[in-house]
Amino acid sequence: MKFSQYDPGQFYDELYEGTGQPRPGSRLLLRKFASLPEGELRKRQQAAERVILNMGMTFGVYGSDDGHEQIFPFDIVPRIVEPSDWAHIESGLRQRLRALNLFIDDVYHEQKILKDGVIPGELVYSSKGFLKACCGLKPPRGIWCHIAGIDLVRIGDGRYYVLEDNMRCPSGVAYVLEARQVMKRTFPELFGAYRVRPVDDYPSHLLDTLRYLSDLPDPTVVILTPGMFNSAYYEHSLLAQKMGVELVEANDLAVIDGYVHMRTTKGSQRVDVIYRRINDDYLDPLAFRPDSMLGVPGLMEAYQKGHVALANAPGTGVSDDKAIYAYVPKIINYYLAEEPILPNVPTYLCSERQDRAYVLEHLDQLVVKATNEAGGYGMLIGPHASKQERDEYAKRIEADPRNYIAQPTLALSRVPTLVDDHLEGRHVDLRPYVLYGREIFVLPGGMTRVALRKGSLVVNSSQGGGNKDTWVLS
Amino acid sequence: MLSRVASSIFWLNRYIERAENYARFIEVNLNLSLDLPRGTAEQWEPLVATTGDHEAFIARYGKATKETVIQFLATDAANPNSILSCLASARENARSVREIISTDTWEQVNRFHLQVRDSVARGLSTQNLHTFLTDVKANSHLFLGITDATMSHGEGWHFARLGRLLERADKTSRILDVKYFMLLPTVAEVGTPFDIIQWSALLKSASALEMYCKQHGRIAPNPVAEFLILNPNFPRAIRYCLIKAEDSLHAIAGSESDRHNNLAGKRLGRLRSDMDYIDMAEILSGGLHEFFDSFQFKLNRTDDAIYETFFALRPVDRVMTKEKIQ
Repeated sequence: MKFSQYDPGQFYDELYEGTGQPRPGSRLLLRKFASLPEGELRKRQQAAERVILNMGMTFGVYGSDDGHEQIFPFDIVPRIVEPSDWAHIESGLRQRLRALNLFIDDVYHEQKILKDGVIPGELVYSSKGFLKACCGLKPPRGIWCHIAGIDLVRIGDGRYYVLEDNMRCPSGVAYVLEARQVMKRTFPELFGAYRVRPVDDYPSHLLDTLRYLSDLPDPTVVILTPGMFNSAYYEHSLLAQKMGVELVEANDLAVIDGYVHMRTTKGSQRVDVIYRRINDDYLDPLAFRPDSMLGVPGLMEAYQKGHVALANAPGTGVSDDKAIYAYVPKIINYYLAEEPILPNVPTYLCSERQDRAYVLEHLDQLVVKATNEAGGYGMLIGPHASKQERDEYAKRIEADPRNYIAQPTLALSRVPTLVDDHLEGRHVDLRPYVLYGREIFVLPGGMTRVALRKGSLVVNSSQGGGNKDTWVLS
Repeated sequence: MLSRVASSIFWLNRYIERAENYARFIEVNLNLSLDLPRGTAEQWEPLVATTGDHEAFIARYGKATKETVIQFLATDAANPNSILSCLASARENARSVREIISTDTWEQVNRFHLQVRDSVARGLSTQNLHTFLTDVKANSHLFLGITDATMSHGEGWHFARLGRLLERADKTSRILDVKYFMLLPTVAEVGTPFDIIQWSALLKSASALEMYCKQHGRIAPNPVAEFLILNPNFPRAIRYCLIKAEDSLHAIAGSESDRHNNLAGKRLGRLRSDMDYIDMAEILSGGLHEFFDSFQFKLNRTDDAIYETFFALRPVDRVMTKEKIQ
């Protein structure tokens, strides 16, 4: 295979700066690839897939048959991030998480930012993530979002942009940890030659973050999962295992005399911190969804009294609403008096009359997203959609404009990806993970999602996306 | 330990043990049928009777032939107790407690499940059936070894052993019940080579042939039954299973070795002491089949008590809770 003929095309390529010309950090990797005998890369890819299969590394897809579970598609060519790029990303993420936490706290207390007219109050109140029940709430340590995953993209100019904030229950970090294990088995020799920053200590940072929320010297921490049919169940169990904490379902918990307990073979045991991986709606039927059988009755009351800590706090969804997203640069400016280090992607709010008119006229060039959806659901990629799909989508926008935003179709950067026995460029994004405890910790790495289909821009695992390891060099 | 988690570990181990026992049942019958004198009909129906799913089998297949019985016991996804279904259930249980069992244990269950599923998908033939059954046994042994070597021998491990040994005691009693009735020789056949072959096969189905021979030498019906029911040292004998299962219950409940503080322990302790003090003459005088009937009834009652004591999700006991709050 001729690595010297790889053509990055018109896109920003993460490993090549020109045809056959590796970027400085990638030279060693590509020299290694070139030195392998014919067919060896293919063999290692297959070996990696076997490892993944035996590890039972899976994700669930809603609406699919065959017991929901699918093996995670993985590509063995890593994405490489230079130290200087990472320093820039890291400072941008810290800034963003600090500002968004101040924003959430303000929105549920004094609402200064609304009174000062920086964000229209209507936009906040109409957000599905805004929970009245959280007004006046004082979460432990004053932190609302402890665990965030912030989606970044890099486009033709080589700059990183924030595409989306995930401030509720961001998933995917298990794939970061497992991808690294797979890569260590696949290319042990490269880890000797490169200085890749480790990611294996994420669970211990996460545990510290969670324990910090309790005043007890040795708090009992649990992870609350919707159960094994949830698409991210694999991650819930992996994190519980690596942190050595119990993985509980709502049925395992009960509130007794104002405190949360779990049911064990030896009676009940008090729980002090809950890393919940279920949505706000399903936390407590008494507080949010009287019609729901799910959740732990009385949990919110225990939380409000300070008898148990929740991470993330309920109500953080207001800050990752895709319409609020458009205001994040202003939010950063308002609370921190700083310019955003990582810029936003230009965004049109369909709730604004002028923006909406522009969006409806240019549907064939834009990507339109529902403001409250995640995982690539409810998204229209204009240039790839048929006229009929666009017309139908236009009706949905007109019926409920608040629920939609649009962005230009971005020329996402690419990473060489193994196709049969050669490399082809495939589009990627990057989701780093940020923890907010005693201080802010940014995991050096993250989930590089790759659109495995040629030309595709959709990287979500539920829609034909795969995964790559992300090597942050030191 | 969470009640739900304890239950999943218990059932994970029961399903793996069940799959192994089914493989043993089929393998022995296959070997036996190869040794049959010309003109003798192969005996496949009793194998279904052993499993207790006779009615479900008749309803779906009608006639018991080698093909239908093997299909029912090994590869039938609609039979919740087939080897294929057992592995699927074992894996689902393991998946729900991955954070508790070791990674090595999980990976073994996952691999085991994938191998069985792939073998069934490729189709079992006369040529590969033996390999399939041997692999099931070996994988079960590997699972057991990995569990033993990588999981702390604490509460979870004891629930695992409890599940495994109760399942094994049940299956040993069932195969003895059916085979003993079927194999009881007519006067003319006593001591013929065929008679000995059949009893050897029964021992082999419990991997007990060599251990039996070391102890008794000659193969004869009553010593074989005695060995598989009352031997305190052979790991597939009923009495051995009950002794170790009771040890695990003591460890789980934190009770003294000579008394029990819960219903499950009381029922299991009584069943185990029955085995300590009964002898073969007494078993035979009451009838072997009656003995197994009563044993299985008591074993089921013990299962019920384990469920009630440890697994059932009851409203939390307020009094007990207050004591636990520090």
